[in-house]
Amino acid sequence: MIIVGEKINASRTSIKEAVEKQDADFIVRIAKEQIEAGADYVDVNAGTFVEKEAEHLCWLVETIQDALDVQLCLDSPSPSALSEAVKVCKGEPMINSVSMEEGRLKQLLPTLVSRPCQVIALCMGRTSMPTTTSERVEVGSELIKELTDNGIPLENIHVDPLIQPVSVDIRMGIAALEAIGRIMNDFPGVNTICGLSNISFGLPERHLINRNFLALAMSHGLSGAILDPTDTQIMSTLLSVNMLLGHDEYCENYIDAYQNGRLG
Amino acid sequence: MNDFQVVVDAVHKGDIKTAVAETQKALDKGADVQEFLDKALIATMDDVGENFSKGITFVPQMLRSAKTMQECMKLLASSFQEGAVKSKGKVLIGTVKGDLHDIGKNLVAMMLEGAGFIITDLGVDVHPDKFVHKAQEIEPDIIAMSALLSTTMPSMPLTIEALEKAGIRDKVKVIIGGAPVTGKYAKEIKADSYGSDAGASVNLAKSLLGLS
Repeated sequence: MIIVGEKINASRTSIKEAVEKQDADFIVRIAKEQIEAGADYVDVNAGTFVEKEAEHLCWLVETIQDALDVQLCLDSPSPSALSEAVKVCKGEPMINSVSMEEGRLKQLLPTLVSRPCQVIALCMGRTSMPTTTSERVEVGSELIKELTDNGIPLENIHVDPLIQPVSVDIRMGIAALEAIGRIMNDFPGVNTICGLSNISFGLPERHLINRNFLALAMSHGLSGAILDPTDTQIMSTLLSVNMLLGHDEYCENYIDAYQNGRLG
Repeated sequence: MNDFQVVVDAVHKGDIKTAVAETQKALDKGADVQEFLDKALIATMDDVGENFSKGITFVPQMLRSAKTMQECMKLLASSFQEGAVKSKGKVLIGTVKGDLHDIGKNLVAMMLEGAGFIITDLGVDVHPDKFVHKAQEIEPDIIAMSALLSTTMPSMPLTIEALEKAGIRDKVKVIIGGAPVTGKYAKEIKADSYGSDAGASVNLAKSLLGLS
């Protein structure tokens, strides 16, 4: 499982304030604790700053990578902010995300092919959000084709099936799960990834829903998740499910987490 | 005790069958349509919206109640056409240009409808000119805009500018909402107000029009 730590998002008040005050120590600390908890990538999102988004996103990238040797997931719906951030990012960044929405893929392609990177392909259609399994698979397949046609290896593509709340439409959970299964089956070598919180919008005890959804998604083949790795419960779910699915040789990671007091 | 308590309870629970049957009974008995609408349906949906804002009830319950109310409203439809009942006002709603998110917008539309407003929903990815043209056609009291992305929020001030250019900005109240949207942003772009959730939007719309 590829784990993307979601905490450095300016929609959270503490992060927003730290960015405004240019509090590098705080940002680095949040990045570090996520890496120590098992994050493979640290997500950075400065979307709430609108006009100053690109500037703040670049500051986050440079601040974290000056202090830590870590891969970043550059998170923005804005192609221009992402292009700016890629320029200052070290290593092989993960780009979150491209979609079939007007302009989003076309504007980003030059950046994506300029250097090796990982790409999240969000199953958002041209004119509407997908609701059914097949709509998701259709958009996902189209994105995979566009990206691979432009020379991006399948192994660097992470399809996000676009998680929508079950509170609004009870079929949204199963549609996303089936889409994960079909995409993993139709495109051997591709990755799938998603955030977990949208699934539980509008319902009580959201953490409970999120972690059970993670387990189900993993059993359908999900290969990456955007989550809070410092949340012991969700990480315990991830570690135990990963083991149960046969991905944890000698149960090493599971036992290791227990022996380090990280299960709960 | 409300005369229409059975209907009130059924709308609360989202029990369509009972609600529709009891609505028909009330109409057959000659209940005042305006009174029925206000006391049995709108007041109940007000409660539902309030409970939602407080975190006591949840989205599926709200959807169920709203669907129940809509079914009851079908029985009252002819009275609307005859002008026997008044609406609270007209609302033109849509997700702004470049943005395809519809869930929040739909919840708001549904709750405003439940509160007695007449809704015209332009859907998603609505160009500023489309808001203007529809507003000129139907003359709404309120224009409600939704945006779920920081990149599409700027379509809100663009729409407000388009309303100004068309000379109709001062004829409508503009309310905005969506995950990245804030009250501060509403002030910056000179919208009339901001709603944090579907329940809150109802109170917002009412207070802007000086109702209750």
